[in-house]
Amino acid sequence: MAAIRISALKTAKAGEIIELKALIRHKMETGFRRGSRGEAIPRDIITHFVCLYNGEAVFEADFFPSVAANPFLIFYTRATESGTLEFRWTDQHGTVSSQTANISVES
Amino acid sequence: MKPEQPSTDIDRRAFLVGGMGLAVASFLPLSTKAAPADMQAAVKELFGDRPLQEGGVTITIPPIAENGYSVPLTIDVDSPMTPEDYVKKIAVFSPRNPIPNLVQFTLGPRTGLARVSTRIRLAGTQKILVVAEMSDGTLKSAAAETMVTVAACIIG
Repeated sequence: MAAIRISALKTAKAGEIIELKALIRHKMETGFRRGSRGEAIPRDIITHFVCLYNGEAVFEADFFPSVAANPFLIFYTRATESGTLEFRWTDQHGTVSSQTANISVES
Repeated sequence: MKPEQPSTDIDRRAFLVGGMGLAVASFLPLSTKAAPADMQAAVKELFGDRPLQEGGVTITIPPIAENGYSVPLTIDVDSPMTPEDYVKKIAVFSPRNPIPNLVQFTLGPRTGLARVSTRIRLAGTQKILVVAEMSDGTLKSAAAETMVTVAACIIG
């Protein structure tokens, strides 16, 4: 569906709070705009984002048309164990885009 | 009407009709604008009748946003983010955008820090409202005003 950019530390100490950044390229068409001939441009937005840490949701976001194009998020999670972070976006049609990052946690 | 110039006339008529269509169309979306009452209804729909406590929430948003299409927003909520005491939900509301709900975040003890940043669209100068639902069900809130020089084209 779109280009994704994520940023997460590759290594962290157990218990450390790490910053995660996630951006997906998407026009987030509001459905309120009109084209050059006055025709309504249909809404086309991403509605949901979730970050899964070894399969468990640690942060979720619900988007509405007021989220700017190319939705960008900065959020946090506590590094608990080594594994994968999955960033998953779902658009209004149910199309899922995702990307994963590996994290190794030292005790 | 001068019969020797029919083609010019038709062109002008088509142009005028098209122009009127555009003029009407540009006014139509104004009716979709949310009123402050809609914002209160949206808060009530999400959180019910629970009282909002002011404070405990910090909103970082530019006081003057040159471009309403993309306004950086950071929200901090005072919370230890432990399994006993954490922020469950953060919701952002607008009194002026077409839809009062702007964006919502679901957090948990594993989020570790109750801070989130994103970019939003603002359809004009307004005071946005942020409500944070804590794990014990209480609601904390804060409001922040932003002057928008170029409004996001979501009202038409």
